[in-house]
Amino acid sequence: MCDQTFLANVFGSCDKCFKQRALRPVFKKSQQLSYCSTCAEIHQVAERVEALGQFVMKTRRTLKGHGNKVLCMDWCKDKRRIVSSSQDGKVIVWDSFTTNKEHAVTMPCTWVMACAYAPSGCAIACGGLDNKCSVYPLTFDKNENMAAKKKSVAMHTNYLSACSFTNSDMQILTASGDGTCALWDVESGQLLQSFHGHGADVLCLDLAPSETGNTFVSGGCDKKAMVWDMRSGQCVQAFETHESDINSVRYYPSGDAFASGSDDATCRLYDLRADREVAIYSKESIIFGASSVDFSLSGRLLFAGYNDYTINVWDVLKGSRVSILFGHENRVSTLRVSPDGTAFCSGSWDHTLRVWA
Amino acid sequence: MERVVVSMQDPDQGVKMRSQRLLVTVIPHAVTGSDVVQWLTQKFCISGEEAQHLGAVLVQHGYIYPLRDPRSLVLRPDETPYRFQTPYFWTSTLWPAAELDYAIYLAKKNIRKQGTLVDYEKESYDRLHTKINHAWDLVLMQAREQLRAAKQRRKGDRLVIACQEQTYWLVNRPPPGAPSVLEQSPGRGSCAASHVHMTKRADFYKQEIEYCRRALGRTRVKSSVCLEAYLSFCSQRGLHDPLVSGCLPSNPWISDNDAYWVMNAPTVVAPTKLRVERWGFSFRELLEDPVGRAHFMDFLGKEFSGENLSFWEACEELRYGAQAQVPTLVDAVYQQFLAPGAARWVNIDSRTMERTLEGLRQPHRYVLDDAQLHIYMLMKKDSYPRFLKSDMYKGLLAEAGIPLETKKRVFPFSRRPRHSSPSPALLPTPVEPTAAGGPGGGDGVA
Repeated sequence: MCDQTFLANVFGSCDKCFKQRALRPVFKKSQQLSYCSTCAEIHQVAERVEALGQFVMKTRRTLKGHGNKVLCMDWCKDKRRIVSSSQDGKVIVWDSFTTNKEHAVTMPCTWVMACAYAPSGCAIACGGLDNKCSVYPLTFDKNENMAAKKKSVAMHTNYLSACSFTNSDMQILTASGDGTCALWDVESGQLLQSFHGHGADVLCLDLAPSETGNTFVSGGCDKKAMVWDMRSGQCVQAFETHESDINSVRYYPSGDAFASGSDDATCRLYDLRADREVAIYSKESIIFGASSVDFSLSGRLLFAGYNDYTINVWDVLKGSRVSILFGHENRVSTLRVSPDGTAFCSGSWDHTLRVWA
Repeated sequence: MERVVVSMQDPDQGVKMRSQRLLVTVIPHAVTGSDVVQWLTQKFCISGEEAQHLGAVLVQHGYIYPLRDPRSLVLRPDETPYRFQTPYFWTSTLWPAAELDYAIYLAKKNIRKQGTLVDYEKESYDRLHTKINHAWDLVLMQAREQLRAAKQRRKGDRLVIACQEQTYWLVNRPPPGAPSVLEQSPGRGSCAASHVHMTKRADFYKQEIEYCRRALGRTRVKSSVCLEAYLSFCSQRGLHDPLVSGCLPSNPWISDNDAYWVMNAPTVVAPTKLRVERWGFSFRELLEDPVGRAHFMDFLGKEFSGENLSFWEACEELRYGAQAQVPTLVDAVYQQFLAPGAARWVNIDSRTMERTLEGLRQPHRYVLDDAQLHIYMLMKKDSYPRFLKSDMYKGLLAEAGIPLETKKRVFPFSRRPRHSSPSPALLPTPVEPTAAGGPGGGDGVA
């Protein structure tokens, strides 16, 4: 909703986002430009924010060990362990600080597209083309086979695209290619709540960090990002401004907004209270889709991994790109910031994971 | 990608094209690698490295092909000549590269100069030979026809067409070991309605109406206010963000020293100053930090309202606990906190209490939500501000120290041994006295 009504004499294409809108004059370094109201608002905010210093981020650790494309990864709450899954069905738990592998499981299916670490650090969940989500308790006992204790939790009718534990080890939220999300009880495998509303495959989800902890957002191939109430199963809000599949959604640290990355080569910031898109992060030279996004701890930086093998770092408040990181040799498929914000890890189709700081 | 390539070929603003001499033939409309990089840098206002990367990606996808060394698709930022691929061969036409066409191409190569087929090509040739044996005569005939037609063209054109074809097949049938740029994730292509039962029945429309009604009734905040909120959030947290303003003593990933993690461990006796400051940002921050929560519990104990926090913790356990334990947990909570004359009776207003007791007849996971919210708001609006003003908190803030920054090491090559930390999976689950009175929150690990 446009909150400032103004007399628009000009109607045309905005100088920043190139959309056809009613335009206002905006002064940038004493040059007059015409922006649409969304871009003008973020510009006003950007003016008041001081620029960030020079950013030097390098790969600090490279984790090699997967024999095939890395599809997904997640951090443990202890800030150093990660679990990652790949196309050949291998799921590996690493201590990324020492780059040692601690556990490895081979799933009976290929393309394990989702994996998650339990909050207690005692179990991992993963799933993919087998349409199921399985939970493996982690054990250091040499005599035990980890696959023996596997618990099959979720059952969908199409591939599993994303999964995440809620605040405890006992509930899992999953998103699937059959267009639904579902909440499961781990112990019994019972379906607690299902969420219907997407018109196509659901590709990603993220839980809200709010105090009452009741909502989550999901993004799908129908270009919509939908916010759900976990208790009632209803869709609370929906946002449809992307021009292609939404590959990744992530909440802003305060829980009032979320960012999404999509195949249309843009990342967008949606505000939940204003109920609209408030910023677009795009550049003409970026022509490949964004596969994965995450915020830094303060929400000032947005890290986005793209299909052209690069990672772009955006300044959330200014709407501009801070830096571009090279290093991967194939597309970046997953990106997560560590729980204490000291580093972020990216996984790619070039079989490696990199930790950047 | 096409947009970029088409604009590159624009005669006025595109990349400078020249005729290049290749051995003895002259090839028109060729560009050099360095020109491409320079044009990209200027047009998109990006750095040289990025332009190089973008150019390399274009070459990998077969939109630009090298004339001199057509076997590898890389962009060299020097005088190596390149040309733009004809739209016929663009990858986005999604024209499936048929086996038959590939067989014809390989046969042509074979006939033209014996032994120019590389290993993998030879293998494919043999494989195809066995597979489409029945049509092999057709393949050979086609190949000879095409070669004959080509002989009638000028040498320059012949070379160009040969290069074009080679690039096309390099992209579509990459040599083993090279990553294929055409790979996609499985499943996504058809977002067909086959698995989506969005049949337009009355139910669907009713849902839509309900959703729109709720959407209209929702209060919205001005977006400028929301942006203000982000501004204040970011500036407040800016100093606490290690990637934005660094962390003391040092970022463990950069210095290989995990002192930072040791100092900020979940249960540490002396929290750092930044950590204590964070407790003042919001009630949620305080509760999420185990040390903060413990101090808050002490504070409430002094005010004789400790049961509020315990009740809240018990409700959280219920909400996120295992389904099978729901009835027992509900019962335990009722006995300890809600029953009249209970040991730790919580002060809830009568309406909420009535609703809760009503709901307890059919206990489910969310039955205590109203009561929990009431108590949470009570703590947030009343006890929390008092805690922040209390001497206890002020004392903690004063005691908390700022760690010293570790000096950068002089010799960058001497690496400290990286110590591994015990995995959380090995630690015994902590036994905390919970409302249910049973052993630690049902973590379910032996």
